[in-house]
Amino acid sequence: MMGERKVNFAQAIREALAEEMQRDPRVVLLGEDIGVYGGIFTATRTLQDRFGPERVWDTPISEAGIAGMAVGMALMGMRPVIEIMYEDFAAISLDQIVNNAAKLRYMSGGKADVPLVVRTQGGSGRGNGAQHSQSLETWFAHVPGLVVVMPSTPRDAKGLLKSAIRDDNPVVFIEHKMLYFTSGMIKEELCLPLGKAEIKREGSDVTVIATSWMVGRALAAAETLMSRHISVEVIDPRTLRPLDEETILSSVKKTGRALIVHEAVRFCGIGAEISALITENLFHDLKGPVKRLTGADAPIPYAANLEKAAIPTEESIAEEILRLMSRQSS
Amino acid sequence: MEDAITRETQIRLYTLMVRIRAFEEKSLELFELGLMPGRLHVYFGEEAIAAGACAALRMSDVIVSTHRNGGHLVARGAGFREMFAEYMGRAAGYSGGKGGPMHFCLPEIGVLCTNGIVGSGIPVAAGAAMACRLRKTGQAVLCFFGDGASNTGAFHEGLNMASLWKLPVVFVCENNRYAETMPVDRAIAIENIADRAAAYGMRGAVVDGNDVMGVYMMVGSAVAQAREGRGPTLIEAKTYRIGPHFSGESGHYRDPEEIERWRARDPIVTFRKKLLESNITGESELDEIDAAVYEEAERAADQAKNDPFPQPVSLLQDAWVPMSAEAE
Repeated sequence: MMGERKVNFAQAIREALAEEMQRDPRVVLLGEDIGVYGGIFTATRTLQDRFGPERVWDTPISEAGIAGMAVGMALMGMRPVIEIMYEDFAAISLDQIVNNAAKLRYMSGGKADVPLVVRTQGGSGRGNGAQHSQSLETWFAHVPGLVVVMPSTPRDAKGLLKSAIRDDNPVVFIEHKMLYFTSGMIKEELCLPLGKAEIKREGSDVTVIATSWMVGRALAAAETLMSRHISVEVIDPRTLRPLDEETILSSVKKTGRALIVHEAVRFCGIGAEISALITENLFHDLKGPVKRLTGADAPIPYAANLEKAAIPTEESIAEEILRLMSRQSS
Repeated sequence: MEDAITRETQIRLYTLMVRIRAFEEKSLELFELGLMPGRLHVYFGEEAIAAGACAALRMSDVIVSTHRNGGHLVARGAGFREMFAEYMGRAAGYSGGKGGPMHFCLPEIGVLCTNGIVGSGIPVAAGAAMACRLRKTGQAVLCFFGDGASNTGAFHEGLNMASLWKLPVVFVCENNRYAETMPVDRAIAIENIADRAAAYGMRGAVVDGNDVMGVYMMVGSAVAQAREGRGPTLIEAKTYRIGPHFSGESGHYRDPEEIERWRARDPIVTFRKKLLESNITGESELDEIDAAVYEEAERAADQAKNDPFPQPVSLLQDAWVPMSAEAE
């Protein structure tokens, strides 16, 4: 095993793809602008040069067609990894992902596996407006048959993407546009298990469950609150489906307080699911209501001040934690 | 040209059509007995397309089919009993009773998948053909869909990419003149769906979908070209659905005279007549085929009627493959 290196999130994705393509000739990439151009966030840069145009396919703008082709390739025993450039565009692929990829195994009584990965990119932060900034993870998490992954660090991105490619289920792998150029340490041949949360920071007073870009903000808020003598545990589920219920529940059992932070809108967001999970299982262990801090119930606006206000911040997370703590003491 | 079709093949084409008809007549009977939880999209009158097209394939080739798939699956060699059992939601059905009439994956007979979403199978077929090409297996893919599917976005995206990359796939559009209840001339502004091929730079051709030998020849030639790397063909097989869109529908949107006109062109009746007129065979051989097939259907249905229902535990099985991820 080689030593650790500092890379950015996009490089981590690229390494995972390259290592899996090297390892398994059945892994083929398809997507818009992923070959010659190398992906709009550089995640697939150099891969077409290394593996050739028959392994890295530049496709026309045909999101339904790309996803459908991946289903056909997977049914024939290949392991396609497609890139849907923006998660918003996955709306066009949904028939293939929801009606075919997710269901063919069940509908065929287990005769067909559909081992494909849909890499896609979501979230706000770049002034892209309402059609290029959504967080739609619960659309996918709601469908039996899909695995849904949302990594928050280069290490998690690499290790989880490699496992996603090796997994026999269809996996929706959601990258955040604001994370591509954040850095972290990774190593070669790193595989991380799907369906396992990670405790990103240990603490004893309150559990914050955060996803994707919000994990970093939750960690920063936790750091700030040290001076107030509040000890915050931060959990990143990393995989939303299947959800690592055990890690979440054992943490909240310990702290007695829970705050869920995500960028997606509140209504029917993953926070509702996690909140119900905690309440159903730990009602008598809770020192107060489970709280959610989420994106506003509105499309993502364009104006910079509004876009910033539409999602949780380090400050709003810290304030919400303080409110949780004071509710208990009052 | 048709002289090139051997006697053996002609008898096979006839047998396949009779198998489809006998299978579906019995299926409809099971439906009318109240033994099916759902409904059935029958293929009466269109048998020549499934029989002719599937007979032109190798066993190693694969097909992608639709909600109206009974003919295609029987032509590929699906077992009557497993089909009936699936239709009736029994554990011995091809999908353990969990898929039903619209949703099959039968890799053992080269059926990649059938699809309840109109048009959805078209890019899937293109992807399967991509896999054949990349893995150099020499296989071809045949994709069935109807006139209605040719109006979907998936049709456009799938045909464009299949032609762009010269994938080994043949698209067979079964134009049965109705998309559910919508007549084709009220849904499509051009006369021939096959003309749409030109927009994708692929070959397009119209064939009489009630002429089993014509379908066989045309699909055979298109499949050979696809296999040679010369790209896909869009074949429009013009036909008519003599039966209802689904079992039990009212049918008030069609003129009964129109149905009768097409019934007179029943592909099985006309082909039988042709076989007799051209002295390929005599009444007795064909009668024997009919009798054997109908008896097989009867027996299979009786067996399937006695097959057990799925165990309740299977409700939660097969949604996901158990996680196999390798840890750090």
